[in-house]
Amino acid sequence: MSVQTMQPGARETAAGGPRQRYFYPYADNGGTVVAIAGDDFVVVASDTRLSSGYSIYTRDQKKTFQLSERTILGSTGCWCDVLTMTKVLRARMQMYRHEHNKAMSTGAVAQLLSTMLYHKRFFPYYVSNVLAGLDENGKGIVYHYDPVGHHDPGKCYTGGSGGALIQPLLDNQINYKNQENVTPEPLTVKKTVSIIKDVFTSACERDIYTGDAVAIQVITKDGITEELFPLRRD
Amino acid sequence: MSKSHRMRGTADGCRIVSKIVPPLLFTPKLDCKSFDRFGSNMALQAVCRVPVKAHTKLDLAEDETLEDLKSVSSILDDHCSLQIPRINGLENFLTDENGKEMKIHFAHGTTTLAFKYNGGVIVCADSRATGGNYIASQEVRKIIPINDYLLGTMAGGAADCTYWERVLAKQCRIYELRNRERISVAAASKLLANMVYNYKGMGLSMGVMIVGWDKRGPGLYYVDTDGTRTPGRLFSVGSGSLFAYGVLDAGYRPDLTDQEAYDLGRRAIYHATYRDAASGGIIRVFHMKESGWERITEEDCKDLHERYAAEKPETSRPSDEKYGVL
Repeated sequence: MSVQTMQPGARETAAGGPRQRYFYPYADNGGTVVAIAGDDFVVVASDTRLSSGYSIYTRDQKKTFQLSERTILGSTGCWCDVLTMTKVLRARMQMYRHEHNKAMSTGAVAQLLSTMLYHKRFFPYYVSNVLAGLDENGKGIVYHYDPVGHHDPGKCYTGGSGGALIQPLLDNQINYKNQENVTPEPLTVKKTVSIIKDVFTSACERDIYTGDAVAIQVITKDGITEELFPLRRD
Repeated sequence: MSKSHRMRGTADGCRIVSKIVPPLLFTPKLDCKSFDRFGSNMALQAVCRVPVKAHTKLDLAEDETLEDLKSVSSILDDHCSLQIPRINGLENFLTDENGKEMKIHFAHGTTTLAFKYNGGVIVCADSRATGGNYIASQEVRKIIPINDYLLGTMAGGAADCTYWERVLAKQCRIYELRNRERISVAAASKLLANMVYNYKGMGLSMGVMIVGWDKRGPGLYYVDTDGTRTPGRLFSVGSGSLFAYGVLDAGYRPDLTDQEAYDLGRRAIYHATYRDAASGGIIRVFHMKESGWERITEEDCKDLHERYAAEKPETSRPSDEKYGVL
């Protein structure tokens, strides 16, 4: 489909004539989110660069949202959709809290987010979501979403512009895919955080929308700790 | 805003009853609104005549916020009300102001099959979900339990299938509670077909098989978003279905033993994963019997490839030097 433009200085008829209107509902603001689950912890990390086209809006916007004591959502893509989606999600979680007198569990939030995304099936949120948290037994779980709400539980998922660069590396290192004669070791927080730092350093070398810093958050039963790890700012 | 919603205790046209009447003392007369809405709220109200949110007292300002919130997430109260945007031609708006093309790739699911034989129904599926050229997941569950004796499969849009089959599970459960008997496979597939028919032409993509066991014996229906709903003996759905049909039609007999039937289904999906780029991952086999469904095996198609290759006699395996790398 071609877009017709009015030439500058074109003659305008008295009646006006048909005019092309422009409407760009979506924007791609970039960013990458990674979440890795262990036996009793989850690590969620996102870069902190927000961009549009070839410009950087800010170097200081992390893409993770703490929804409760045990659940963190990482969302990236169109930033306006991310903000609205998380606002509605938080409001719904608060309503649940008031009605049931307890916080929503991670599994419940996962289903709620899926339904909310499907509500806009015909004009989707352009958002890539990764939800991570501890389930009722304290075990770590990560969910990955497509733009209209199909979700999958798993051990490690990525989302965003650099997601496709990072996911194969995680499949190999965390899930031991395509490795022969390897004994799986249980994952520790320290090893996971070090993998995340390596993975983001590699991704920001090859993806223009990933960089500046990584905000790493670790959820354990004792609470959530946060770390900011600097990356290349170019 | 009409006045009706401000009156405390009124909800959608139900009469206000001043005291709670125990359900055993009268048979509730369900008005047509509650049939239409199919919400669990309506079921509760119809049986007990208690408006569900009567105990919350909201003043005017909070009520409006709630209305705004509900308009943005109305799907949580009525599962069949998706937001219909007033713009049409969303495909025209997929570039942003910089001219970059936004790729909204939904996860698509790909090869599933089901067939009836003398021992019941076998359902098999792969587990790959692709979003464009990217493999979003290799471990998707494409055979979705609706209840203990009904299964649904997933092919086409993954979110469409999982969402509508979940709504179907809710409807089937409400049917059981209202009628005190299990829903038939024909009725379950009809419910699903009617739900998606409302959105015909709007871009939903779903090719689902409803498999179950009811009073008439084993049941197998194919339902899709074009409005098709057909019973049958053997179906395969998805991008790899053509490959699966070849193997399935060649080996199918109604008098297969259980093990032969599992093997046939498994092989058919394996051949589809071998030749179709959009199929792969773990091959799952389920068996629908009179006592309900049972998960039989879940094997990675890579392991199956090695097993089937080893089954061929040594001489018939093409060697790399003679035929090149396969």
